[in-house]
Amino acid sequence: MMKKTMFATAMAAAAIVPLSQAQAADYQIDIEGQHAFVQFKINHLGFSYILGSFEEFDGQFYYDADDLDASSVEMEVQVNSLNTNHAERDRHFLSSDFLNASEYPTATFTSTGFESTGENEGVVTGELTLHGETQEIEMPVTLMGEGDDPWGNYRAGFEGSTMLTLSDFGIDMSDFPEAMHELELYVTFEGIRQ
Amino acid sequence: MWRNTQSGWGIISILFHWLSALTIVGLFVLGWWMTDLGYYDAWYNQAPWVHRSIGILLMLATFARLGWRLIQPTPHAEGNRLERLAAHVGHIALYALLLLVLVSGYLISTANGRGISVFGWFDMPALLHGLPNQASLAGDVHWYSAIALMLLAAGHAGAACIHHWRYRHTTLRRMVNPKISQQRH
Repeated sequence: MMKKTMFATAMAAAAIVPLSQAQAADYQIDIEGQHAFVQFKINHLGFSYILGSFEEFDGQFYYDADDLDASSVEMEVQVNSLNTNHAERDRHFLSSDFLNASEYPTATFTSTGFESTGENEGVVTGELTLHGETQEIEMPVTLMGEGDDPWGNYRAGFEGSTMLTLSDFGIDMSDFPEAMHELELYVTFEGIRQ
Repeated sequence: MWRNTQSGWGIISILFHWLSALTIVGLFVLGWWMTDLGYYDAWYNQAPWVHRSIGILLMLATFARLGWRLIQPTPHAEGNRLERLAAHVGHIALYALLLLVLVSGYLISTANGRGISVFGWFDMPALLHGLPNQASLAGDVHWYSAIALMLLAAGHAGAACIHHWRYRHTTLRRMVNPKISQQRH
């Protein structure tokens, strides 16, 4: 009798859990399936844009729909993994003229706060370390979706972008036109709940 | 006359040697100059294009040259035993450094899998790409091995001068005059 009750309780709990969208959880960014991108876009002499991607990075975040103030995210990017579809340009970007990747091989972001600005939207504040310089930045982010995936995990996905002024990070762009002094950083990823 | 003998170098080896020497020094000077060009310089894109094109041609020529070197006789070395050993090691190091400079240069430009256009005549395909940090590492190797090659080449030229003026060997003359390969020694 006792066993039956426990069983019923467990079944009830199991039935309720999937209905609840909100669960406190740590998420690991889905690097294995690579549903994660760190990209940038910078003007080229006023003619067009250069798009680039950092291919190696990792990170985790904390997301609980019932406790958004507790949201946090940490990422570490391997600067040498930069790819702009042009090997010699990549080498130039990684040289001491710009990113100086041999001296500063990683870029990191650690959030310090989150403010909800509407349904599925908010602004992440945090410390971005790039080129050895740490600056506080704000990045508006959007929750794109969350739920059970087809492969037995629970995932949540976001995107966000912000403009960075390169001189704030000690990268000298004074030889280049004004339009190239800042770039857009775009990040999107899915996390798998641990 | 075309082929090498124990006595001296044939025309083909002589041409390979001097055309390579001229090209290698020229590429070094061009490379040194072009890496200091500003982004707005008219040669900023053109100079590397020429450097890459000539570099690929030199690489292909060097493969042919090494093939020829291996199937042809090598003229006897001059000097005492230590000098002959030093010359042998020096020559192997020159070839090794040359190959290192050529291959590392090739690996910079092909790091993302894109081939190298040789004067627009044909594309040298990317055979090895996507290695971690390939362009930057290959770039460092290219730079330092090119400097080492120049230093060793200067030593090589100095040794040739010593053979020629101090010891009165045929070493330098036979790299100029293919007729020496026809003489008995």
